[in-house]
Amino acid sequence: MAHRLAQLAALTLLIIAIGLVLPSGYYYRVGALVFISAIAVVGLNLLLGYAGQVSLGHAGFVGIGAYAVAVLPARYGLPTLAALLLGAVFCCLLALVIGRPILRLKGHFLAVATLGFGVLVALVLNNEVTWTGGPDGMAVKRLELFGERIRSPQNWYWIAGATLVLGMAIAQNLLDSPTGRALRALHDSEIAARVAGVDIARAKLIVFAVSAVYASVAGSYLALLNGHITPDSAGFLHSVELVTMVVLGGMGSLAGSLVGAAVLVILPQVLTSFHEYEHLMLGIIIIGIMIFLRDGIVPTLLRRLTEKA
Amino acid sequence: MLSEFLQFMMSGLTVGAVYALVALGFTIIYNASGVVNFAQGEFVMIGGMATVFGVAAGLPLPLAGLIAIVGAVAVGLLLHRLAIEPARGASPVVLIIITIGGAFVIRGLAQLVFDKQFHKLPGFSGEAPVSILGASVVPQTFWVIGGAAIIVLLITVFFERTAMGKAVLATAANRLAAQLVGINVSVVMALSFALSAAIGALAGLLVTPITLTSYDVGTMLALKGFAAVVLGGLGSPLGAVAGGLILGLCEAFAAGYLSSTYKDAVAFLAMIGVLLIMPNGLFGAPSAERV
Repeated sequence: MAHRLAQLAALTLLIIAIGLVLPSGYYYRVGALVFISAIAVVGLNLLLGYAGQVSLGHAGFVGIGAYAVAVLPARYGLPTLAALLLGAVFCCLLALVIGRPILRLKGHFLAVATLGFGVLVALVLNNEVTWTGGPDGMAVKRLELFGERIRSPQNWYWIAGATLVLGMAIAQNLLDSPTGRALRALHDSEIAARVAGVDIARAKLIVFAVSAVYASVAGSYLALLNGHITPDSAGFLHSVELVTMVVLGGMGSLAGSLVGAAVLVILPQVLTSFHEYEHLMLGIIIIGIMIFLRDGIVPTLLRRLTEKA
Repeated sequence: MLSEFLQFMMSGLTVGAVYALVALGFTIIYNASGVVNFAQGEFVMIGGMATVFGVAAGLPLPLAGLIAIVGAVAVGLLLHRLAIEPARGASPVVLIIITIGGAFVIRGLAQLVFDKQFHKLPGFSGEAPVSILGASVVPQTFWVIGGAAIIVLLITVFFERTAMGKAVLATAANRLAAQLVGINVSVVMALSFALSAAIGALAGLLVTPITLTSYDVGTMLALKGFAAVVLGGLGSPLGAVAGGLILGLCEAFAAGYLSSTYKDAVAFLAMIGVLLIMPNGLFGAPSAERV
């Protein structure tokens, strides 16, 4: 309990400290993007890192969340906050419906089934042009809170940061609950967990739905921060990016989720100055980190620190 | 009616043959090393792009194609040596991320060495379509389907009739036991990367006259190839080929009879449907977990 509160306090202090010193709107924007990605990555880490279930289609939920705040206010006049909530609820229900059959699959079979789900979402977003604007995407009406339109990157930095702290707290709670223990049990061996009386289907379904909600909220924030959204947000590459963030930071490490998101959001920003070599360097850095810190950045470094002490 | 059906079938078989070759490459590497290689599509890209640039530099097509295949094999060996071998023993997800990193590197290099444009090769036997029972078919189609059939046949012979092929199969069945009977497992793994790169490059070479190529065609091919592998049942070469052909046919018939914008949706829905009924794919053995 004390450990959990210490983690949250450290995260809150970090967000505040960085938020007070950032020099310009550009940096606040990057900061907000890191936190928004981290929200989705925390959710995916619950599924991938703790429960050991691969999803190569999580960007599908991000896309649904993003288009919920784009389409519903623009076409039906819904308030943005209501659209955000509706998107999250829809993702949760969708995850419960498709999760029941799909989560029976294991390993690479599950990976392909979720990949198929992501591809389907991206296809619909690309082709239902009258609703979504097609491959060019559509403009997103800005969020209005207390009569003010929220559009500055500073505001989004604080909103995303606060939501990330909340998301971390919920994730910690979930992991300490009976469901969390069930997840860790089925990560090690599904059969052993089942023999020990764990309702593995239910545990998997819960974590799948929870991770879908995290992704949906992250997608809504992304759309509202950028003021514009394209189907790429739901694409296969974005799904892969989310999985890479989880693995880079460390599977089964909530702090690692933030680190992984930070590395993969900030790195391309730094590398744009080498634009010809961007892909090349990104690939080399990913391979390098995975070879030398193969359990992910945070768990490997933590282990080395404790070994030395 | 019949001509329409034939038309869709031929285009499905063509695309399916390419998916099948990509899937076969996946399977060879997966069997030898347990790695799902998401850089598999990049080999197809190298095969197409390197041939295009070789031909543009004035080389005759066969020579340019040969150089492209050798180039892809070199890239495959380097990928194994520099990225996969140092990470031996890492978890499957980590290895997948490494191959995705490898795909980024290859794509980044292709962007520098070649360019970012779309390219086409001339058909090997001209461009004039042949009419078969009312369906008009470009001659390159026969090169793709025939070429794929020959490659699959050669690979089967390699696995069943040669000592080296049997060493790969032995490694796939049980790496430790293979090592104990004196098989050099790391040579087998390097060989599997080389072989699968060569198959990918050949696929790229054969299909570029029909589909065009550019530095970033690899992603979609890797995705479809992976889907085909899993559909067929991970680890079975026959399943990989069948999975690829089925996926290609599904797409072509969906595009023809239903909607061309949603052809991928039909293919993926069919695949998910199959997996829900047969959770280990069409030709996969049921898995058992030891506790």
